[in-house]
Amino acid sequence: MGDVTVRVNGTPHSLDVDSRMSLLDLLRERLGLTGTKKGCDHGQCGACTVLIDGRRAVSCLALAVAQDGADVTTVEGLAADGALHPLQAAFIERDAFQCGYCTPGQLCSAAGMLGEAGPSVVTEDLTADPPLSAAEIRERMSGNLCRCGAYVNIVAAIGDVAAAGGAADMATAVTGTAR
Amino acid sequence: MKPFEYTRARDAGDAVARFRAGAMYLGGGTNLVDLMRLGVAEPDHLVDVSRVGGDRIEPGGDGLLIGAGVRNSDLAAHPVVRERYPMLARAVLAGASGQVRNMATIGGNLLQRTRCPYFQDVSKPCNKRQPGSGCPAVAGDHRNLAILGHSAGLEAAAQCVATHPSDMAVALAALDAQVHVTGPDGSRVVPMPGLHRLPGDEPDRDTVLRPGDLITAVELPPPPPGRSTYRKVRERASFAFALVSLAAVLDVGRDGTVRGCRLALGGVAHTPWRAARAERALTGAPATAEEFTRAAGAELAEAQPLPRNGYKVTLARNLIVATLQELLP
Repeated sequence: MGDVTVRVNGTPHSLDVDSRMSLLDLLRERLGLTGTKKGCDHGQCGACTVLIDGRRAVSCLALAVAQDGADVTTVEGLAADGALHPLQAAFIERDAFQCGYCTPGQLCSAAGMLGEAGPSVVTEDLTADPPLSAAEIRERMSGNLCRCGAYVNIVAAIGDVAAAGGAADMATAVTGTAR
Repeated sequence: MKPFEYTRARDAGDAVARFRAGAMYLGGGTNLVDLMRLGVAEPDHLVDVSRVGGDRIEPGGDGLLIGAGVRNSDLAAHPVVRERYPMLARAVLAGASGQVRNMATIGGNLLQRTRCPYFQDVSKPCNKRQPGSGCPAVAGDHRNLAILGHSAGLEAAAQCVATHPSDMAVALAALDAQVHVTGPDGSRVVPMPGLHRLPGDEPDRDTVLRPGDLITAVELPPPPPGRSTYRKVRERASFAFALVSLAAVLDVGRDGTVRGCRLALGGVAHTPWRAARAERALTGAPATAEEFTRAAGAELAEAQPLPRNGYKVTLARNLIVATLQELLP
């Protein structure tokens, strides 16, 4: 067992946790935040993606006890003041899901991704910060699987937000809700 | 998952002092936590080294000193890495997913375990996981496993045809990176690709590190002259391990001959495989497709493909030739 203090969607929580517990299980089982989904539990599907200190991470591979002092944003924390996060609105507008199970992870992953600087493996010129083309979005979102195959609309939804807000604005918006 | 005690180390010295038999160091946890969940790793004590301070990238000599706790994504996004070590940036970006790269550390990347399906399945024998129990991969599912330097020819209790899964380590092997290690017996520097070892008759040992050793940093010498890149062949476009990958540097003189080259293969052996024979064959030779093919052949003459992974020999040869052609000025 171990003591851990985490801030989740702006609210601090101090808990005594089994050292084997993942952050994913802490969110779902201890805090009742079931928006974050358990898919593979091996870091391969991305359904459990949350933002830890503003950066996207798979919460199934994060030991809860190691997150002491972390600032976590889950899908429940993306909307601010009753207004949907631009990514949530874009996913609805573009019909970017079918069953919805991967959607919380897709949203948190996209929110984190839009704030990430630098190239991806499909970027031609590594020294440039490339615009987020469909090919760039696909590569950067490859850690999130969608078994319904809604990828075409997911890419379009994220592309809409990237074009409208710009990466820097999005990063501010996300970390703003977390702190 | 077996119960374990968790402690967080303040610094590298503190981590080593806290280490004892049965303990393991925890970095980003992206491989270790998974292996613990699978029952493959069963530490009774985790020493968390994610906050020991090795999270900086600094100039070192004419090269770069990368703290072992630096996250993979931060290494790939670093302006100096992108400009001077594009092969390394590309290799890191070719590995895992955005989420996993945000979590995984440089030290942990080097020490990740093979993804051989038998190693990860505790209901199967595996000489790496349980020494002496046998290797079902030799006669089984070895399509993605080693063609070079394996121990399939040894007695059953020593056989191992696992591959090292890291992309980054392949680039570091080509760059002559130096791995800084501290442990119970003090500090030392291990040159790549010598950190990892071939299975021999001790397939349970992936590296030359000893119990309690902790990687603290990776030092990059100045980048070698020439153009460089990293290419990875895999079964899907992203978020998959390499079938074969290649880190390559090619320096061609004005007279069209090869002044120098570096070649390291991934996905083919228990270690990142520095293709020293091919490098020797190519240095001083004309920079032509014929010579590239000859050099690749010189390296792969040593290959010992298994019944169902002979395609990797062809793939490795073609990858070397195509990549070197891409690097021609």
